[in-house]
Amino acid sequence: MPIKITDLNYVYSKGTPFQKIALSHVNLEIADGEFWGIIGHTGSGKSTLFSHLNALTRIQSGKIEIDEFTLIGNGGKKPKRKHRPDYKALRARVGMVFQYPEYQLFAETVADDVAFGAKNIGIKGEELNSRVKSAIEMVGLCYDDVHARSPFDLSGGQKRRVALAGVLAMHPKILVLDEPTAGLDPRGKREILDLITKIKETLCPTVIMISHNMNEVAEYCDKIAVMAGGELKLVSTPAELFSQTELLQSLHIEMPGVTALSCELNARGLNVSRSVLTEEQLVEEILRAKGAGI
Amino acid sequence: MKDVSFGQYYPAESALHRLDPRIKLLAVILYIVGIFFIRKFAGFALIALFLLVAILVSRVPFFKVLKSVRAVLFLVLFTVIMSVLFYSTKTEEPLWQWRFIKIYEQGLINAARMGLRLIFLVLGPSLLTLTTTPVELTDGLESLLKPLAMIKLPVHELAIIMSIALRLIPTLMEETEKIMNAQKARCASFDTGNIFKRAKALLPILIPLFVSSFRRADELADAMDSRCYRGAKGRTRMKVLKLRFRDFVAAFIMLALFAAILFLRYNWFGWSFLTVLI
Repeated sequence: MPIKITDLNYVYSKGTPFQKIALSHVNLEIADGEFWGIIGHTGSGKSTLFSHLNALTRIQSGKIEIDEFTLIGNGGKKPKRKHRPDYKALRARVGMVFQYPEYQLFAETVADDVAFGAKNIGIKGEELNSRVKSAIEMVGLCYDDVHARSPFDLSGGQKRRVALAGVLAMHPKILVLDEPTAGLDPRGKREILDLITKIKETLCPTVIMISHNMNEVAEYCDKIAVMAGGELKLVSTPAELFSQTELLQSLHIEMPGVTALSCELNARGLNVSRSVLTEEQLVEEILRAKGAGI
Repeated sequence: MKDVSFGQYYPAESALHRLDPRIKLLAVILYIVGIFFIRKFAGFALIALFLLVAILVSRVPFFKVLKSVRAVLFLVLFTVIMSVLFYSTKTEEPLWQWRFIKIYEQGLINAARMGLRLIFLVLGPSLLTLTTTPVELTDGLESLLKPLAMIKLPVHELAIIMSIALRLIPTLMEETEKIMNAQKARCASFDTGNIFKRAKALLPILIPLFVSSFRRADELADAMDSRCYRGAKGRTRMKVLKLRFRDFVAAFIMLALFAAILFLRYNWFGWSFLTVLI
């Protein structure tokens, strides 16, 4: 079942001089099996929107339906009893990986840390061990090497993988990632994104990724939502969005590097498509254009 | 967690906000000393009037100032109830009696005085922190304590420690919230089970918080080093504190209030006290 967000509003510090509208009238539907990219500038409300998905932020007004869970706002107060679903089950369903997740590590060993979430939802014994093991392997670490080490001894990239494994061990069906590649080098970025693609194929069919990096979004996502000033500006596919130069300019969104390059080539007279999203596509287009020219 | 107004500066344009922090600090000290001199309820009425005017001038909403009392409400109630119950005297008949509990008129008066004193003790300083930014406060404090540098007290260092600590409070709160959310997303619960379970449930928050605090402190030290911070010696200030006319007016008003309190305390009708002065 999909995620359905209806008329969601959120205001920070309501009724004080610091009042700030974080979300206004957001409507969004996310179907199963999709890879969503959420883009928008800092402070556009992306993170607020997605912390609603597993009830970490209490809904002020509006409604969110995720599978069998329904969250309904009650004006910022505690929701009515009938609108309080089983939060643990919801959080196990919607796995949330925050920005710099490596800062949430705390346990003595990597295995303990990865097991934390799964333990909290009542997984025990053999099942727990196998989940921990498969989660660690899934993020590309060697279980035998790392499981008994302290998470604080690992490198930055490894820590992030361990944190990711901690969420995966709960076997979520929807994975929400808030800038999973922030602060990593290009190679680390690519590794994490390939990892996410693999996870999407094997464990967790729906992925929502908040990102600042247009290259990543263009290359990996099926659908894109653009947020600005607390509003959902538009929903589109990467090919559609990044081929509309004026629209991008009006939303202050940069083009992905390859798309910008193909547009530049096109402007200089080479007959390549302007909506190229990946390096492979660009190479193909250039070969095609050159081949046609001969 | 975001709604906790710690340090609780309330931004507004007012005469009280613009006052020199040193004057405000001294005024609060005088105010506190003054409160301890008050015995008669007329004195409390006077200080209440003063506070009322000060709050009106400061343009801070009333409930914001009153909120600070909530933190000590338990202490106030406890003090009042205890001092009513355990007051005893031989010279007065109890107003009301039940077994060993005797309530005297004087006991009620004492308790009321104690309660009022506590409430006013909280209200004054909270008005100070509501109208003064933490940075101004530490600047003021440093400037006031400067004479102590002569006896080798590291005044500047203390002030910078204080301002860094104050500066980091909101950051730490934010960090705590982030970590709490991250652990909650992993289905941690902090409010179920007995006290030992709850204490243990805090570990997943405290450990990452400590780790990141140490990291932050390290980074801050490096950043200060790389901008040539060497302590107080030869350091100039961007905002030099300077007393203006309004500061002298404020100081005068405060001294007048203090004088009036002393007046009420030692001489109810006052005029004979004046003749002694002359």
